[in-house]
Amino acid sequence: MTDAISGALRRSLSLARPDDIYNAIVDAHRDLDDEQCRAFDARLILLLANHVGDEAVIREALVAARDPSRGGAE
Amino acid sequence: MSSYEYRRYPYRRPAELDGRSERRPVVIVGAGIAGPTLALALAARGLPVVLLDDDDSVSFGSRSICQARHSLETWDRFGVARRMVEKGITWEQGEVYLGDKPIYHFNLAPEPGHKFPAFVNLQQYYVEEYLYDRCLSEPLIECRFRNKVVGVRPGLQSVEVEVETPDGSYTLDAEWLVACDGVRSAVRHLLELPFPGEVFHDQFLIADIRFTSELPKERRFWFYPPFHPTNSVLLHRQADNVLRVDFQLGRDADPEEEKKPENVDRRLRQMFGPTASWEHEWTSVYTFTCRMMERFVQGRVIFAGDAAHVVSPFGARGGNAAVADVDNLAWKLARVLAGQSPPPLLDSYCNERRAAARENILNSTRSTDFITPKFPASRAFRDAALALARDFPFARALVNSGRLSVPTAQLGSPLDTPETDADWTGGPGPGRAMVDAPVGNGGDDFLVDRLGLGFTVLCFAERAGDLPALPAGVAGLMVAPPGAPLPGWTVLCDRDGLLRQRYDARPGTTYLIRPDRYVAARWRTPDGAALASALRRATATG
Repeated sequence: MTDAISGALRRSLSLARPDDIYNAIVDAHRDLDDEQCRAFDARLILLLANHVGDEAVIREALVAARDPSRGGAE
Repeated sequence: MSSYEYRRYPYRRPAELDGRSERRPVVIVGAGIAGPTLALALAARGLPVVLLDDDDSVSFGSRSICQARHSLETWDRFGVARRMVEKGITWEQGEVYLGDKPIYHFNLAPEPGHKFPAFVNLQQYYVEEYLYDRCLSEPLIECRFRNKVVGVRPGLQSVEVEVETPDGSYTLDAEWLVACDGVRSAVRHLLELPFPGEVFHDQFLIADIRFTSELPKERRFWFYPPFHPTNSVLLHRQADNVLRVDFQLGRDADPEEEKKPENVDRRLRQMFGPTASWEHEWTSVYTFTCRMMERFVQGRVIFAGDAAHVVSPFGARGGNAAVADVDNLAWKLARVLAGQSPPPLLDSYCNERRAAARENILNSTRSTDFITPKFPASRAFRDAALALARDFPFARALVNSGRLSVPTAQLGSPLDTPETDADWTGGPGPGRAMVDAPVGNGGDDFLVDRLGLGFTVLCFAERAGDLPALPAGVAGLMVAPPGAPLPGWTVLCDRDGLLRQRYDARPGTTYLIRPDRYVAARWRTPDGAALASALRRATATG
């Protein structure tokens, strides 16, 4: 595990119905081509980032998502 | 083509060509925006100045058009700003469009009570003309047009400057040489000093046109407008019914083709419709760079303005930073030349203005990346912010069509005294520019008018016993109700309470303001010893 010492970003489950939300996100991409997916994801990320509103959380999430062990570029 | 009449300024044979020479305290190279402003700021402090320029006219083309409040406040000290405001277009608001729909409206001056507006749009040739007029009427300034610097030989105590004129060459001996000679600085090239930075490849077309229909005063910026659907367009009004239209062309455009009048007219026709009419004032295709010298002070040679740092045009941070540079430099150079401060005071010019240049480059690079995204995901996020902006107010803050110039923070300067009182909730702290406010009973008297060429203490003491002892040479401004004059202090009237509000003032609050109108220190309780110590620190005499 290469996880940094966790700080602000929550790592435990905080969704009451995780399967529903996961599938809602995936389903929202159905019928979109790659470019439309990218545009959709960008809007979604900006909406959620603003709602989170906590710079430390967002920066930690950026690092976590970019981690090479999870498929981010070296 | 242009409605502006370019005057030729007289060349006069320099005395050095006839064998008369003397050491000059300050020689300035370059009569753009920075050079004449510095000349006036030094002459106002009693210093004789030689101002060299290889040309004999003002800047060709309108170039830098947005003159910011802080620059106007600087020029006002030499009596030039009023003329600029009268000739130029005052604006404070802007509109950003996506397609043909407005998505974001901004107001740069939401509250009244400043002597000058947030911006006056005035073509650079007028700014230079008014500065030249003032320089030519100032006996301490010798303007030498068609005097081209071709050699610089730095020494320990002075600099030898080789100058070429229509009548031959001569050598000037200068205690200090200040290079204000622009992005292609001859002085920087002659000294082979590096100018590291980033090159941008996107091309933009400026079409300055004289327009006869009704003109908008506000700044307008379009992403993907119907009349130029693949890119962005900026529209801005200038003096003489001139419009600045700035088309983003992309990387692959052919600049020679784009500049052809028929091609410019085709773009303008799509924008303004079949009935509009215009005449061309100036056309230019440009790309830009962001660069900064590693040291603005190199021995006895000092660099200012575009010669020292250059940014993209988004945000009006070129000419306005140049004015702030020389405002920062002038008082320090005058103190060093008078023996009041040691030469290391000038190191703070480099520290402070490099910090400002970094902030300007950061802001202008971010605007550039938003306007011209460099990779597919960057474009996806840019378009996402634009798509959300109309319905989601938070996204309007992400839309970046240029973060417009405000005085940069110069935090952490060695000249500033750090705050010790922890209860500030507003007002400018050390390293920040002072904020103007009305200070009289009428509507036409402002704090900027009360700041002289030296240091100023602004004290919100209401009783004489609260006032700190004024160090020698420092002006005292006391904020009190009318009718309480005190010897040595000028009483300001804070009729509308704006001064107290803008300085987060309580009884006893005291500010030390530098000659360049930046705050050097502030306290909740006035203390003569602390004031004297902060003044020593701010003048490098401690």
